[in-house]
Amino acid sequence: MVDRIKDYLSRFYIVFIFIFLYAPILVMIVLSFNASRSRVIWGGFTLDWYTQLFASNEVMEALTTTIILAVASATIATLIGTIGAIGINAMREKNYKLVLAFTNIPMLNADIVTGIALMLWFVRFMPLGFGSVLIAHITFNIPYVILSVMPKIRQMNLSVYEAARDLGANALYAFMKITLPQLMGGIMSGFFMAFTMSMDDFAITYFTKGAGVNTLSTMIYSQIRKGIKPEMYALSTLIFAFVFVILLLVNYVPKMKKRGGR
Amino acid sequence: MKKRIIAAVLAGCMCITLLYGCGNSKKADNGKDSLTLFNYGEYIDPDVLDQFTEETGIEIKYEEALTPEEMYTKYKSGAIKYDLMCTSDYMIQKLIDEGELQKIDINSMEYKDNIDQKYWKLSNDIDPGNQYSVPYFWGTVGILYNTKKVKEPIDSWEVLFNHEYSGEIIMQNSIRDLYMVALKYLGYSLNTEDEDELRAAQNLLLEQKADVQAYLVDEARDEVVAENAVMAVIYSGEAYLGEEYNEDLAYVIPKEGSNLWVDSWCVTKYCKNPENAETFLNFLCRDDIAQKNFDYIYYSTPNNAVIDSLPEEDKNNEALVPSEDATDNCEVSKKLPDDTTKLMNYLWKELKAE
Repeated sequence: MVDRIKDYLSRFYIVFIFIFLYAPILVMIVLSFNASRSRVIWGGFTLDWYTQLFASNEVMEALTTTIILAVASATIATLIGTIGAIGINAMREKNYKLVLAFTNIPMLNADIVTGIALMLWFVRFMPLGFGSVLIAHITFNIPYVILSVMPKIRQMNLSVYEAARDLGANALYAFMKITLPQLMGGIMSGFFMAFTMSMDDFAITYFTKGAGVNTLSTMIYSQIRKGIKPEMYALSTLIFAFVFVILLLVNYVPKMKKRGGR
Repeated sequence: MKKRIIAAVLAGCMCITLLYGCGNSKKADNGKDSLTLFNYGEYIDPDVLDQFTEETGIEIKYEEALTPEEMYTKYKSGAIKYDLMCTSDYMIQKLIDEGELQKIDINSMEYKDNIDQKYWKLSNDIDPGNQYSVPYFWGTVGILYNTKKVKEPIDSWEVLFNHEYSGEIIMQNSIRDLYMVALKYLGYSLNTEDEDELRAAQNLLLEQKADVQAYLVDEARDEVVAENAVMAVIYSGEAYLGEEYNEDLAYVIPKEGSNLWVDSWCVTKYCKNPENAETFLNFLCRDDIAQKNFDYIYYSTPNNAVIDSLPEEDKNNEALVPSEDATDNCEVSKKLPDDTTKLMNYLWKELKAE
């Protein structure tokens, strides 16, 4: 009897947590189909916001900027971060710790401090624009890549690489054929982490962007004064659905393949 | 050692190419035919900007912010050289005082007469001689209330202080807009620098606090629309939208007077092509463009051409076109001296902590 109550309680607890996590998103999805612009009045079902969303240059531009920025900064940061991680790993104990501590600073530092510091630096040397935002995003993405690649390097068996060299592979060939495949998991997770971070960021983008450059987060921010437009609910709903479908695919397709194969 | 030198040289090269590559866009930035604008969010019809570029060939770079304070900080940091800014009354005054603005040759503007004489006079309070700014939109602060839940139509701030609607009142959650209500009710100026008057307002607000459901800014409108509260102190633009959603709502500018706010465009000292800036300001005043912006924003416009073309029911809407009588006792809020600002901040904290 006690066990059943316990069981019931733990289930209730889980459901409770999920409600807190997903109810707000559900509200937003429902509002994206609301014909009235008000958040409290239901004006009937409509798909208008979705059509308006794709017709709006402003939103589409911000979306494109956001995605290009995320892909570009994540790619470059992954490149730099991976090479950096390999270099740091080869360092002696003292330097290793020192450099690692330094690379962690942008991650631990409050975004707003990083943002303002970068802005002050950019103002001195270059005009603010897309370039400055890109550099800023690469800067704060690198630590995340290093953080996820580092453990893979430490797990890696160095003897395999040495064996390849012994058998006549040159350094680059051995790196591409032996080292890189072993690190791939870490590199990919670093890339996706960087991608998400870049898409999420507001504070740093806000301070380093030039006039006319808008990402989704900065655009939504400027809408707050007159109330966020329902188009944004529609866009967020689409992004949520997109991520949801990808998650489903990632989690279920491999399982189905396995079952199908055997 | 050799390796280190090579590494240092390579790093140096990388920095230089990076900076140079990004620096190339600089020429376009300061190019003759581009203007960098700074405005509140959602405060212009995006089509208007496209149309301007089409008609004049002048490129527009557009940047948005949320509050006048934020605009001021971003402008002052000098990170972006804005040519034109649209901001609120007291901030314009502050910018003029600090010598940040350029004079505009308003008389040469073809459509300046579209802006009614009344608004030039009003703007004169913050910009003596109308030399620096062109009024864009304006409005009032008043009470949005549910006509079905009050016994008689409201015409005075008194309803907020007589305890009759305890727990049904929403006040503004910003210093000047909150104290303005109490100061005006007591018959003082909302720009008062007198400590006794401010203390009297404070006592009134302290006494009222028990009756207040919440101090809100943006959410105030929806709370009244959803009938969670009977009345709210609110900006006229928000009130107009509220009336659209719920037909039982009405907006009133209390007879004791209120705050009258103006948002105006001004040209900064960084602007290298004042003629282009004036072309833009003139463009904003043109009949069809002002109409477009009005349809997009729905705040009170100072543009006669637009007011004349309004349907009759909108012309009589207090939130959209306040009558002369209603705005008679209203004042534009001015920049306050530092001492007064400090005192108000202190009183505000005291009130919120109570």
